[in-house]
Amino acid sequence: MTALPPFQTVLDDHSAAVMAILQGAVGRDSADDCFQETFLAALRAYPQLGDASNLRGWLLTIAHRKAIDHHRARGRAPVPVAEVREVAVEDGIPEHDPGLWAAVGTLPPKQRAAVALRYGSDLPHSEIATALGCSPEAARRSLHEGLKRLRKELA
Amino acid sequence: MTTATERSIGLAIDKVRAQAAAEGLLDVAYATADSPFGPLLLARTERGLVRVGLPNQDAEELLADLAARVSPRVLEAPGELDEARRELDLYFAGKLDRFDLPLDWRLSGGFRQRVLRAINRIPYGQTRSYTEMARKAGNERAVRAAGTACGSNPIPLVVPCHRVLRTGGALGGYGGGLPMKEGLLELEGVLDGKGTS
Repeated sequence: MTALPPFQTVLDDHSAAVMAILQGAVGRDSADDCFQETFLAALRAYPQLGDASNLRGWLLTIAHRKAIDHHRARGRAPVPVAEVREVAVEDGIPEHDPGLWAAVGTLPPKQRAAVALRYGSDLPHSEIATALGCSPEAARRSLHEGLKRLRKELA
Repeated sequence: MTTATERSIGLAIDKVRAQAAAEGLLDVAYATADSPFGPLLLARTERGLVRVGLPNQDAEELLADLAARVSPRVLEAPGELDEARRELDLYFAGKLDRFDLPLDWRLSGGFRQRVLRAINRIPYGQTRSYTEMARKAGNERAVRAAGTACGSNPIPLVVPCHRVLRTGGALGGYGGGLPMKEGLLELEGVLDGKGTS
């Protein structure tokens, strides 16, 4: 087990990556709010974190959750339109399937983060790699392994 | 040069810090302060000042130690140390002879803490011997342990271990180095600047 470093170190080392991911996921205007929520949630949970070996993956998973919360909140807010459509729209956004996301939640951290960043935040492999602090090849592999496990679990 | 992104990250971090303070999540707040001897590290908890790092001590190591022994919620928050910084500035300017700061003693236990609390009552500009400190702490024969307590003082300067000398007046030791101990005793008018009392 790695000792938890001072939280300031976590901020210093990962704030740029978290901001980059959030700007990609929710846009520049909302990224600041999600950034604060991410680091406050991280700070609240930090003393209970058992393992400091993948702090970046941990933070990005939280950031991703905050991005989804943001999209959900926006999705619930009424959008003014000229004409109300009569047919319900099913756009197939993955977070509408709670069973699927519960399964994603059981993946190992790297795979979970890779899947979340790819399909939740719609990031390309290169940015997932930056976020996870690994090579694009390793990011692709984590994603692939994660998807394989999900298929098996949900089959 | 700072980019727009770095600036917005800086602002967002400021807000995280402010909100953390408002929610009581700042278990350890720290800041650096200037002194005539070099930069100091100041750290406080909700109870009070818990650690003063002297210029020759490694700040990163001190912060890692605080993370392990107090709480890993260690954040740089200069505003939380304003009063400590202000009093230290006055002290170094020779305009303050008694600190009025709440202290958090949790980094020292038992006999050591009793020694340090006794040291904390030595008035400005006066000195005591390690033997006296051992006696005040309840064990006159534990002179060596009293010396160790001084050496491990987590709140130097404010808890004035520099005012403790060997019996007979020799300087003894100092965590910040002997020149700093001499400098502090000169500042307080105990030494005349030639290293003799």
